[in-house]
Amino acid sequence: MSDLFPVRLEAARATRRGRTLVGPVDLELDGAGTTVVIGPNGAGKTTFLRMLHGTARLGGGRIRWNCTTEEARHHQCFVFQQPVMLRRTVMQNLIYPLRMRGMSRGEAEDRARRWAARVGLGSMLTRQAPVLSGGERQKLALARAMITEPKLLFLDEPCASLDGRAMREIEEILQEARAGGMRLILSTHDMGQARRLADEVLFLLHGWLHDRGAGPEFFTQPATPQARAFLNGDIVE
Amino acid sequence: MVDIWSGLVQAAWLVGTLDAELLEIALRSLKVTLSALIIASLIALPLAALLAVRRFRFRRTVIAVLNALMGLPPVVVGLVVYVLLSRSGPLGVLGLLFTPTAMVIAQVVIIVPLIASIAHQSIRDLWQEYHDLLISMNVTQGQKIRTLLWDSRRALLTAALAGFGRGIGEVGAIMIVGGNIDHATRVLTTAIALETGKGNFALALALGFVLIALAIAVNLAIHALSRTEREGRW
Repeated sequence: MSDLFPVRLEAARATRRGRTLVGPVDLELDGAGTTVVIGPNGAGKTTFLRMLHGTARLGGGRIRWNCTTEEARHHQCFVFQQPVMLRRTVMQNLIYPLRMRGMSRGEAEDRARRWAARVGLGSMLTRQAPVLSGGERQKLALARAMITEPKLLFLDEPCASLDGRAMREIEEILQEARAGGMRLILSTHDMGQARRLADEVLFLLHGWLHDRGAGPEFFTQPATPQARAFLNGDIVE
Repeated sequence: MVDIWSGLVQAAWLVGTLDAELLEIALRSLKVTLSALIIASLIALPLAALLAVRRFRFRRTVIAVLNALMGLPPVVVGLVVYVLLSRSGPLGVLGLLFTPTAMVIAQVVIIVPLIASIAHQSIRDLWQEYHDLLISMNVTQGQKIRTLLWDSRRALLTAALAGFGRGIGEVGAIMIVGGNIDHATRVLTTAIALETGKGNFALALALGFVLIALAIAVNLAIHALSRTEREGRW
């Protein structure tokens, strides 16, 4: 069990310019497995992840980690839907978070080489990151997030606009990380991916947590008609 | 046309013969402007990054004022620095008036807003790109600023070169605070003004061509050193 968990959301609301985007959400998440957040466009999946991560403004309620918020932030990483590449080489992107945490250059580079090899970028260490392909960029973003060995990794639609092969490679890395004890919370539009990865599913609609269930059961027996309609591919209003 | 031609010939002659007086003036010009550029960059670049990263009250006003100060009239700057450094002024005890240091101070005041404004535009764009990543990585304010400065270094070089261009071609302020004293504070621009006043158009033009050549040479040297045009590099 990770030190961060359980995390409790108590009437947590994410707001922007006085408007509530997500919540209020009451929820408790424990420290194992993969939680997949699904829902139609505009349901608040990204904002929900950001709220939990602490980068979206909490307009009300509270989020209580099993440690201080500072410690919790230190042990989390976030992979964005559109990977942000530092205008540096692949190697420099990989060592960046380690160097910011005070690791020596030599040690950071050793670890970067291992991670680059693990995600299939071992031969691209001297390439400029912004000129990589979409799949390579996402793999680099993933490796850069995981290189600090976070206890919790957020992924916002990590495979959006990637082809099947790149998606499979990324899912393999995620499964490996999960098996290694890393807690994953990811949003996706891809129901196939949700079925493959989810130990637990959260269904969001209009910023509300509409349904929640264990992976396999949720997909066979969703509790709410909206979740059922969404899984059937109907338009959910 | 004749003046331009004879100016070119005289410029070639002065450079070709390594004219001692020309060398002295040109070196002083470079020394004053490069000193001002280094000091101004040390002030302006972190300031630009701070304005991009930090949210505080009146931030927009500070940015607007900084942009407005880009058009600061050099003569007014010269006058203010003169008053500050004159014997009866608050900094008169330092005895800096009519010295190259006074010229450096005036140039710093003139080019800091220019470098800071241009740098701020570039850093702000990069900050928009990096914002979510750096926030999610939980890096400190100082680390954010260092990252932004490093990753936008080539754009910042352009800002610094714009400052250099403004500084090396400046005449009004440094004439007032430097006094155009021979072998002490005479630089290329003040020498050009002097020779023009004396009617020595050819010599004035020659000095002008040397000034232009110097500015281009420094720009090319800095670009070459920083390898700005290397393929696929930022």
